[in-house]
Amino acid sequence: MLSTQPSDDDDQYLFVAKLDNVRNVSTILKAIHFKDTATVFASPMGLKVTVEDAKCVQANAFIQEAIFYHYVIKEEQLAFKVNLTVLIECLTIFGSSSMPSVNTNLKMCYAGYGSPLVLLLEEEGVLTDCSLKTLEPDDVLDFDFCSANVINKIIMKSECLKEVFSELDVTSDILQILMSPDQPYLQFSTFGNAGSSHSSFPKDSEMVQSFQCTQTQTSRYKISLLKPSVKALTLSSKISIRTDDRGFLSLQYMIQTEDGQICFVEYFCSPDEEVRDEEEQS
Amino acid sequence: MKFRGKIVDPNCIHHFNNVVSTISKLVKTCIMRITEDKVFFILSERVGDGGAQIWCELPQSHFFDEYAMEGVSAESNEIYLEVAPDLLVRSLRTAHSAKWVKIKLTKKNFPCLTIEVDLPSGSIHQRLVVHDIPVSIVARKHWPDFTEPEMPSFDVSIAMPQMKLLKNVVDKMKNLSNYLSLSANNNGEMKLSVETDMVSISTHFQNLFNPSWSKDGSQMPPSQDRDSLEFATSRVDIRRFAQFLNSQQVNPDRVVCNVVHHRMLHFFLLHDDVSLQYFLPVVSR
Repeated sequence: MLSTQPSDDDDQYLFVAKLDNVRNVSTILKAIHFKDTATVFASPMGLKVTVEDAKCVQANAFIQEAIFYHYVIKEEQLAFKVNLTVLIECLTIFGSSSMPSVNTNLKMCYAGYGSPLVLLLEEEGVLTDCSLKTLEPDDVLDFDFCSANVINKIIMKSECLKEVFSELDVTSDILQILMSPDQPYLQFSTFGNAGSSHSSFPKDSEMVQSFQCTQTQTSRYKISLLKPSVKALTLSSKISIRTDDRGFLSLQYMIQTEDGQICFVEYFCSPDEEVRDEEEQS
Repeated sequence: MKFRGKIVDPNCIHHFNNVVSTISKLVKTCIMRITEDKVFFILSERVGDGGAQIWCELPQSHFFDEYAMEGVSAESNEIYLEVAPDLLVRSLRTAHSAKWVKIKLTKKNFPCLTIEVDLPSGSIHQRLVVHDIPVSIVARKHWPDFTEPEMPSFDVSIAMPQMKLLKNVVDKMKNLSNYLSLSANNNGEMKLSVETDMVSISTHFQNLFNPSWSKDGSQMPPSQDRDSLEFATSRVDIRRFAQFLNSQQVNPDRVVCNVVHHRMLHFFLLHDDVSLQYFLPVVSR
């Protein structure tokens, strides 16, 4: 049967990765699962999985090579597109509820352009093999977000933001984020049918770990685009919020896997409209 | 026509409840057939509706402390009722702490199954919950529609793997495809697979038990000349299969799956004295 291929057969693959606990990968992928398709980039550093929507928001999950106990790639970079919904269903085929004692092993193989992504999963002697069609990779957006242009940056514990994001007033079209070296330092505002709401965080809050704001900046983002980032937020322990001189937003989430390793998920979002600095202090 | 039965033992009440809720998860209406020594729940679907069949047998002596019935006539001493098992489940909902449960065939304005549940009251007053479930009497000329399906002469008989893992796998596959192929061989291997435009998945179970049916004269032993590694396959409606797996209220002692190559899957459940057979025909490509 297909399931018990000796390792010599790995020669036909350009990429082979093995993992003890498939949940280390499936949880990270769930954090960026807001569209059906994702582009996967495999490099010697690890995997980067990218999901985009409306040419305005992009989520990247980084699964570094160290997460896998076996990681072989024969080319500098491999890129392909897969159906992320199907991929997650396959990875969690033995059930997603975590039973700490039972681990699902995963072997992932890809033979190159035009070939399917092959997954072999094993749990307690039961084997599953999946063969996922891969599609032509899309060009992904380049947000040209470089740290040199970053104006404001705050690193904080995710905990307190979880409430803000999970209770966002969805009747509001936009989420306004204000970051400033002066009061109110960090403020999230929505303007919905039932009124506006503002949540502010002082810079000396114990939740805030690093506060580097150089100038007052107010930007508005489509709430529908930012809402999916809640998935990453709930999994994460720390978040870094950055904005650059164009008002582009970068959200970086630090996620700890079940095995204690650290992975990163990143969301980029373009601003909805520009708000002039003079208009602040509402 | 008369029928009354009384269940006193809490385990039997619980068990009866489980059987009825298993049935209710599989079908909306079914036939309840009452004979002198057994109660049956029967489903016989028309081919157009999927063609599934259920045959569930409960020996009355195992459940009922009092049991009296009188059929249509002396020579055909049986009763066939059409009931909604869901209503039975709901009327038994309070029964888990009951002192006893009585089931009677009654005539109000129309035929009913009357379920009486006697609950502990803590005082001298009786606390009785009574439900009347409308049923329809099946005329004798329709009885032949509900005869026991013949045990198919299957190609492979195999004990199903542990239910929990199986349920997880099938529930995930259900999200991806409408059909599932179940294959098994006489070497203790079972394979579940789905195939769609995007993905093909197969899950392999090993070291399963192949029961031998040779003891029972009426059943054919799996043909001896069959290559033990050769798989017999049937492709079925995945929702019906998932429904069947999820209907199991109790973990039965054993669930056996008989595969008739390209024709049907036949599931046979045995729990205490209750036996349930589920026939799932193939869906052709």
